[in-house]
Amino acid sequence: MIELSGVTKAFGANRVLQRIDLTVPTGTSMVIIGGSGTGKSVLLKCILGLIRPDAGMIRLDGQDVATAEREAFLARFGMLFQGGALFDSLKVWENVAFRLRRGALKRPREEARAIAIEKLRRVGLGPRVADLFPAELSGGMQKRVSLARAICAEPEVIFFDEPTTGLDPIMSGVINALIREIVTEMGATAMTITHDMTSVRAIADHVAMLHGGVIRWTGPVAEMDTTPDPYVQQFIHGRAQGPIESVR
Amino acid sequence: MSLLAPVAWAGRAALHLLAGIGRPTIFALQVISHILRPPFYPREFAHALFQVGWFSLPVVGLTALFTGGALALQIYSGGARFNAEVVVPAIVAIGMVRELGPVLGGLMVAARVASSIAAEVGTMKVTEQIDALVTLSTDPIKYLAVPRVLAATLTVPVLVAVGDIIGIAGGWVVGVQRLGFNATTYLVNTVDILEFWDVGSGLVKGAVFGFLVALMGVYHGMNSGRGAQGVGRATKTAVVAASVLIFAANYVLTELFFTS
Ligand SMILES: Nc1ncnc2c1ncn2[C@@H]1O[C@H](COP(=O)(O)OP(=O)(O)O)[C@@H](O)[C@H]1O
Ligand SMILES: [Mg+2]
Repeated sequence: MIELSGVTKAFGANRVLQRIDLTVPTGTSMVIIGGSGTGKSVLLKCILGLIRPDAGMIRLDGQDVATAEREAFLARFGMLFQGGALFDSLKVWENVAFRLRRGALKRPREEARAIAIEKLRRVGLGPRVADLFPAELSGGMQKRVSLARAICAEPEVIFFDEPTTGLDPIMSGVINALIREIVTEMGATAMTITHDMTSVRAIADHVAMLHGGVIRWTGPVAEMDTTPDPYVQQFIHGRAQGPIESVR
Repeated sequence: MSLLAPVAWAGRAALHLLAGIGRPTIFALQVISHILRPPFYPREFAHALFQVGWFSLPVVGLTALFTGGALALQIYSGGARFNAEVVVPAIVAIGMVRELGPVLGGLMVAARVASSIAAEVGTMKVTEQIDALVTLSTDPIKYLAVPRVLAATLTVPVLVAVGDIIGIAGGWVVGVQRLGFNATTYLVNTVDILEFWDVGSGLVKGAVFGFLVALMGVYHGMNSGRGAQGVGRATKTAVVAASVLIFAANYVLTELFFTS
């Protein structure tokens, strides 16, 4: 279970997160929605310890992440970065199998490569791409390679930052199904950031909307359509008029 | 309030300066402390050896060749003022191996290597690759900094040694072809004058310069600002910092080695 209480982060005068409270039970899928620039990516990075919050407490299974043993803590996580963040000096399969080639999970080259190719298949990429370099792929393909890397070591907790942005509708469907499958079959805990309402409905158990530095609304995905919250209603229907200003 | 403004400004400037010295120093100590502790990344190290060492050979060699030649001409015309043209081989050799070999070699490596390391690591920073490394349980200092710093520390002395030889050869060619020295006598004079520590001190300098160059590259890359502008600024700062540090370290080392 991931628990955030009072998490606050400012960059200079830009107060991005202002007392975030949120709970994600183990084995469930939480989707974070919210306008761009509201701090969704910053929130995930705070949980991973890549950005240090100014205040507040983040717990994983009851343990404060700030004092957790870093190595063991990170070994439980997988993260798909918004921009892909593939290592461009390494081939696609070496990117995917990065965790399997060094450190505690080190395996022989051929075995790691086979696992990487299998993970690539799951994100809809054939074995042909395994030996290419990331720069030789399209944006959507890079995103999927990155997704394969995030799930490669079968982590308990997985963060997906805009997994379907830049993908065609069919590929989006494949990725949505994959994320859902990872949660349901592997029992992973997932937090996904997305703007795509189809993805929200396909992936989420719970939805949280981030706006103005706080969680505006959170609840089961089934209640999202019926909540009277005007922010959520404006967002999910994509209306220009409403409490959320269109110039931000 | 306004009365205190200059004080506040001075305080901020002092803090800024201290942080500017303190942070890279702490970073340097971290890098050193990681060099001997596993895990090691031999592939990254081998790659860095090639990038820093092998591919710097042409530029270091050419720099040394022309410098040795120019040095011979200068010493000859300068020495002629008191009929001391015969010192050309000795001064070219000593000037090359003690000062010009390491300093010019170090500067060329700073231009080539500090910039490329800073740009590469800076791009990794702004495209979240460094964050990705961390989440994949890999320490960026171990994976990015240690191989590059170690490779530069070990290969720049080799580059300096090659530069010494080529520089002396440049002086020899000019001495023999343009200044009328006897080819054999010139070489004998060179070998006779050089002592072990003349060459050794230059190699030690080279190691220190290599360390500083790679350190500045990685440090400024890892602390790159956001976007292409941030990477550009990091690259420029890395080269400037590395070059200035080379001159400063050169003075300190020369004091250490050749006074008393
Ligand atoms: N490293 C950083 N330094 C300064 N500002 C940052 C940094 N990371 C994010 N921000 C700012 O925080 C805000 C939220 O960013 P982000 O979390 O990326 O938004 P999004 O919700 O679209 O993912 C933005 O205004 C961004 O400029
Ligand atoms: Mg984002």
